[in-house]
Amino acid sequence: MRIHSGKWSLTNWVLSLIVVAVMALPLTSWAQLTTEDIASRNNMEAHVGNLTGHVNSDSKYNYRRYCVSCHGDMGDGNGEVAQWLDPPMWPKPRDFQLGVFKCRSTLTGTLPTDEDLFDTIARGLDRSAMPQWSTFTKQERVDLVAYVKHFSPRFVTEKPGTPITIPPEPEVTPERIKNGRDVFARVQCWKCHGVQGMANGPSASTLQDDLGHPIAAFNFTDGTRPKCGDTDKDIYRIFMTGLDGTPMPSYADNIKPDEAWDLVFYLRTFMAQPSKAKEVAKGLQLPPVSAQ
Amino acid sequence: MYVSRHLHHSNLVQFSSSLIAFSLLAIFFVASSQPANALPAFARKYGLRCSACHESWPMLNYFGQKFKDNGYQIMNDRDAPIWQNPGYWPVTFRMTPIWHRVSVGRVLEDTYSGGSTSPTGATVARLTNQGFDLSGLDFHTGGTLEKNFSFYLLPSSDPTGAFHFESVMARLDNVFHTPWLNIKLGKFELDNLLSEKRILTLTGNGGIYQLYHFIPQGDGNIFGQMGDNQLGLEVMGHSWNDRTRYSASLLSSNDGTTQLPYGNAYTGFFTFYTAFDAGKMGVDRVGGYAMIGQAPTTWATQTGPSGSMILPGSGIGNKNFSREGFYGLFYFGEHADVTVMTQHGEDNAWFGQGYGDFIDGVAPNNNTTGTTLPAGSQNPTWNGVLIEPHYVYSPQLIFVGRYETIRMSQQANGAFGTEPSNFGNITTYTIGYRYNPFMTNRAGFAWHNEYNWLHQDGTGPSLGLNSANLNTSELLLGFDFDF
Repeated sequence: MRIHSGKWSLTNWVLSLIVVAVMALPLTSWAQLTTEDIASRNNMEAHVGNLTGHVNSDSKYNYRRYCVSCHGDMGDGNGEVAQWLDPPMWPKPRDFQLGVFKCRSTLTGTLPTDEDLFDTIARGLDRSAMPQWSTFTKQERVDLVAYVKHFSPRFVTEKPGTPITIPPEPEVTPERIKNGRDVFARVQCWKCHGVQGMANGPSASTLQDDLGHPIAAFNFTDGTRPKCGDTDKDIYRIFMTGLDGTPMPSYADNIKPDEAWDLVFYLRTFMAQPSKAKEVAKGLQLPPVSAQ
Repeated sequence: MYVSRHLHHSNLVQFSSSLIAFSLLAIFFVASSQPANALPAFARKYGLRCSACHESWPMLNYFGQKFKDNGYQIMNDRDAPIWQNPGYWPVTFRMTPIWHRVSVGRVLEDTYSGGSTSPTGATVARLTNQGFDLSGLDFHTGGTLEKNFSFYLLPSSDPTGAFHFESVMARLDNVFHTPWLNIKLGKFELDNLLSEKRILTLTGNGGIYQLYHFIPQGDGNIFGQMGDNQLGLEVMGHSWNDRTRYSASLLSSNDGTTQLPYGNAYTGFFTFYTAFDAGKMGVDRVGGYAMIGQAPTTWATQTGPSGSMILPGSGIGNKNFSREGFYGLFYFGEHADVTVMTQHGEDNAWFGQGYGDFIDGVAPNNNTTGTTLPAGSQNPTWNGVLIEPHYVYSPQLIFVGRYETIRMSQQANGAFGTEPSNFGNITTYTIGYRYNPFMTNRAGFAWHNEYNWLHQDGTGPSLGLNSANLNTSELLLGFDFDF
């Protein structure tokens, strides 16, 4: 624009207004990306150890950089990649708005603790598109926990559940493995996971998650890791808390804590990873449970 | 008085209008941003946006570095190609059409007089040219052959379409189920802590790290160029979260040239860094590198009908060279970071006297039996530093700056006489930005603007004029895209 005098002509002003209006158009699309409802929870916090996470520009920046392609701007699991994820091979992204999470230390039906979400971000979810985001700083991670929580009104109206108590891990013995086999048969783990833990039980092909997507039972034998951690404690926790949103229920009411450890040891005998339970079981020659 | 005031007012209006125009441009850039999507080859596989792995394409962030260090795996038991749709083919091509203006400060030019068709003299002149141009074309293909078996292949062309293999490597990942042991074999980019292949700048001098390619004036050693892909074997390892990593490579001292045209010398390249959580600042890295090698200075010859010829592959008389330095990457919150790298380099005096790559004629001399070093010869040594700040406004818009300087600390002297202490020193500045208006999980696109200025002491033709310093500059605007 050439300046002829100290004053702008009317034409210049009109042109400038048009340019500003045209260039501001994309801003209107931002307004559609969020809702007042979600924004009303921008004061959400997360607490892990002595760290406090916030919904702030940093957590928003990281969410948009790393998470949004799957979980979406609204946290509803409808990012642009979600359409290409075909369950059960590639589970659909979590809908954070529902406030339902698989990996928790809390009883079924309750909200996870902040630490549960914090751990899940770093651990990732095996056999899904969720990587191990272990490269964040702890502050970035706890900020992201707050950001994830702010999508769901549940985190305003409910408190997280109380983490279950996990008794100390006992010594692996042949008797415990045999007891674990009995528990495996009694609570009918085999219906989904198969009598040899190969995810080929009679119900396996019919499994769906709460949103109606096909879902696969965990195959203990293929060398992959359980979604919510692969330590003995993690496995204990999984079947005592259940995986909310999936057909995997909590067995907290059906299995006593001591029996739960027995079941952990029996499940270890299926797994490809080396373990003491696997060594002990070698001498037992236990046949698979009966699919009855 | 009136005129002065009028001009002042006019300037103010002009300034205001410029400010408004700039603001509008900035608003346009920011407001028209679409969500950044995945980089093609790997993003198609994993469904992650490019921003997940790249601070700004192609520069990796921590997660991208971890992904690369894991052998292009996110370690979710879905990395093997068997889990992909059979139609998936991990290929990306990249090319960059540009407009650039290159200005070289001192060029020796013939002069003519008296209608002579033969040069009658010479002068020194500035040569400036500008126009539209192309980069070469890169075909990137890489990924996993099976879980924990990865590969990378990069046929690359020059702007005329003549291809060569820039990278060809296969890698055993997580050997013995530990991330601390990975073995790579082939031709590959050295495990440089600051990757030149993922540089954010594109000009001739700004598109490389001078530290990675510096050769003292008259020196015949091409083999210490850390920025060139090399043939060899690399062992590297890293912690689970990639915060600590090491690598050790054994390389043929041939600057990545195939078919063994040089001798039997080897070079070692070593890196180490550790990263630490600096709280709200981010994850900062500090580490170091060392390149220690030998390369030939003596070549056998063979006399045939057309005279004496060099025997390829016959290089002996290996002499030492080394490059070592510190590396640091420091974040200042989510948006700003600065990389610092230093180098101390040393070449054996034989290289300094013009022995070394006799095959390509880089070195003019052959160290045959009885040859002695000229009196006063000494090992050329130098020190350099690189400082590269970034401001990442968003994953789609990054501003880049770089300052690099290399100072000779000891000249080779000898046959060159007593050289000025600053002879061959380099100073260069680069500024630019890359803006990605959109990216999809099929393609990436960047609008790239960059300016580079480079100064080198004493290397321009002088013809008795005041200064023989060489200044070059380049302005580049282009579209950098991949698919």
